[in-house]
Parts: sequence; C-alpha cells; structure tokens
Amino acid sequence: MEIERFLFEVIPYILEGIPVTLQLTVYSFALGLSLGALLAAARVLARGPLSAVSRIYIEFFRGTPLLVQIFFVYFGLPAVGIKLDAFTASVLAIGFNSAAYQAEIIRAAIKGIPEEQFLSAESLGMTTGQMYRFIVFPQAIRIATPALVNEFVALVKYTSLASIIGVAELFRKAEYMVAFTFMPEIYLLAAAIYLAICIPTSQLSKILEAKYAIPGYRRALV
Amino acid sequence: MEIFVAKELDLNNVLLEIRDLRAGYGGTEVLKGVSLKVNKGEKIVIVGPSGSGKSTLLKCIPLLVKPWSGEIILEGTVLTHESDSLRRVRSKIGFVFQQYNLFPHMTLLRNVALPLELGRGIPRREAEQKAMAVLSQLGLGDLASKYPLELSGGQQQRGAIARALAIDPILLLLDEPTSALDPELRYEVVETLYQVAKQGRSMMIVTHEIDFAEAAADRVVFIDDGIIVEEGDARQVLEHPKKERTERFLRRLRTRLHQ
Repeated sequence: MEIERFLFEVIPYILEGIPVTLQLTVYSFALGLSLGALLAAARVLARGPLSAVSRIYIEFFRGTPLLVQIFFVYFGLPAVGIKLDAFTASVLAIGFNSAAYQAEIIRAAIKGIPEEQFLSAESLGMTTGQMYRFIVFPQAIRIATPALVNEFVALVKYTSLASIIGVAELFRKAEYMVAFTFMPEIYLLAAAIYLAICIPTSQLSKILEAKYAIPGYRRALV
Repeated sequence: MEIFVAKELDLNNVLLEIRDLRAGYGGTEVLKGVSLKVNKGEKIVIVGPSGSGKSTLLKCIPLLVKPWSGEIILEGTVLTHESDSLRRVRSKIGFVFQQYNLFPHMTLLRNVALPLELGRGIPRREAEQKAMAVLSQLGLGDLASKYPLELSGGQQQRGAIARALAIDPILLLLDEPTSALDPELRYEVVETLYQVAKQGRSMMIVTHEIDFAEAAADRVVFIDDGIIVEEGDARQVLEHPKKERTERFLRRLRTRLHQ
C-alpha cells in the first residue's frame, strides 16, 4: 500500500476511535466511582443485609471475567426485555465491574484513616454526615487518588473489550484496518496510541498527589 | 428541713455525677464500678498506673467508650446514646487526647473554628474570629495558618487545647495531654494547662504531672485496677495519702520524675 493511503486514510480512520475509547473510559469510570462510593458506604457504614449485598456484589464482579459480564449485559439482558446498544452495554458492564474495584479502593482508604480521627470528630459532637464530609472524605480521597488513577488507566485498556460486541472504538477500528490492508503492524500503532493515553494519565496521579498533599505530611513520615 | 436545703444546694453545685460505672474492652473489665462527683468549677486530677482505667473513665464521660453499666449524669441529666442529645452534650464538653488528634488536612485555625461552625451553627467568619482569639490567648496566633503536621508536638497539643476551649465547654477533659511529648516539649503544654486552670473552668485531667496536680488541682483521684482507691483534697492525697497503694504509686512516680 502506498504511504499516502496509509497516512491519509488508515491513520485518520484509527484515530477516530480515540474519542470513543475515551468516552467509554470516562463514562464507565464515572459510573464505577458513583456506584463504588455507594458500595463502599454500604460496607463501612451499614450493618446486616446492606453490607452483605455490597460484599456479594463486589465478590461477584471481581470473581467473574469482564468479557463474560459484557456478553451478559449485551446478549443476556435482551432475554428479560432490556435491549441496549453496544456502546451503552459496554459502559454499563465496564462501569459495574469497575465499581467493585473502586468500592474496595475507597473502603481501604477509609480504613486507612486512623481511628483517632473518628474519635476526635465524635468528641466534637459531629454528626456521622459531618464527620464523613469534613474529616473522612477529604483524607480518604487523598489516600485513594493513586489507586483511582491506576484504575482509570486500567479502564482505558479494558475498553478494548467493547470491540468484541462491535463498538467502534480504537481497537475495533485497528482490527478492521488490519483485515482490510493485511498489515498487522497496525496493531503496533494501536498499542502506541494506548500508551500515549496511559502514560500521561499515570503522571496525573503524581501531579494530583503533589497538589493536594497535606502540608507537613512527608516530614511526619520521616 | 435544713438537711433538705443543704442537699438542694449541693445538687445545684454538682456538674457531673458518675454512678457505679463499669466498662471494658472485649471481655476484659477495665472499670469495675467507679462513682465520682464533680462540682462546678472544680479541677480534678486523676492519677494511677497505666492500664488502671483512668483514660477509659475519661472517655466514658462523653460516651466515646460505651459503658457496660452505670450512669453518667451531666447537669442533672442522664446521658444516653440517643444521637441528638448525645451530640448536644458532646459539643459542650472539651476533650483533649493524648495524641492531640487534630485534623491534618486543615490549618490550625480551621481545626479550632470547625467545631464552632458545626456544633454551634456560628457563621464561618465569626467562628474564625473566635478561634483566632483563643489561639492568640494561648500564644498560637502566629501559627494559625499552619497545618498540624507542620507543628511540633507541643504546639499541636496546645492547638488541641485551643480547639477544646473554643467551644467554651462546661467541662474540659484532658487525657494525658503531656504523655506523648518529649520532656522539653512538655513544659510549654504544662504552662498552657496552668493558664487554663486559672480560668475557673471545670476540668478533669489524667496526668502524671505531679507538680501541676499539687499547684492547680482541687481534688486528686487515685485509680488502680479499675476502682477509685483514694480521693480527696489534692494536697492531702499527694502529701499524706491514707492508703498504702496510693503512697507506693506516688513514691514511684516521684522517683521516676527525678531520675
């Protein structure tokens, strides 16, 4: 194939997949974060059935393959009358899956706050809501940031699974072009694009950590 | 008739009454039936060996540790775990922890102002003005914009005392406020304690600072193995203890301090 066609047809075609990949990632991460926060709250604050439901949810979604979950949402749910387009099904499946991991990240972050902080808040007569809003959340989010960014980066890559049910994201477009041109090198190009997204995103973690670091915290660790 | 009047007067003067308090952790009983009355304006120093239950006693008062049985009666009302009334009670009691327990993600000023905003509904600006006044009073005005972990242990503990004082508590509880500090940092906290003691506020303080107890306390309570072994006028207990256990403990404490 001539270089011009590669440069002006193949590459632009694949690049068109980037916004779709990013949308899949951002939407499913946001869904995972919201649902994950609720699941974590259920595990930390609630007792009995609510906590158990959250636990079962987390074990189920961590213990079964994401691909199976995507197939279940896309091919399984129509059996009970819920028909979703491939994009929505992917966002839901990846988001539900990520919620399990994000719930555990948030729960661990809350557990990482010293018991004395809770006691101190209690001694000041704070309500549970005030305690979480003013004391627990601001500290937990700092502890959780590196792990949440890590999860975001993981999702960038997991979205490639959406290609299997036909979402025209980055990898699907690359696959299509390989089939069309018989040039497997295109996979390398796709890999390079994923890298170009993931490396700066990982760096974001360091920037956020530095920006929101608690003054004096480093010194206290020494 | 006279007896009745006297009793009534006494009741009016009692701020806190602890009745047959039992508490513990897991299956281990730490407090084995403690009863104590605290009068308004009284400064009580609680001493005792480690593990004797003195910290637990202090934490039981605002129900930070849930008693197994017994009653805590503050201003004539029995404290319960009913959340609204408990919160109201807690926002009237100042508590200073051994490990300061300031909130690391807020400046010292915010640490002191936040309880005023949340517990008393005072607007932020006004709360911060009040917080600043208390910090300045304790010589921490210059450090108001610092974060707790940027401060020394002594400064943090004085900040924690400021936080407890800012709410203008009817009772100030201090749980070994100097024990976590190096000897050279203790001095500044003890100085602050003297300053606070002069305010005439009701205080209960668990401490091994015998000099402070001698100079500032109205009453000393000696706890050992979960019971009050001896209590009475500060000077009497510290200088002429009636019980042998008290004497032995005080002797040990003084030798250790002088080493």
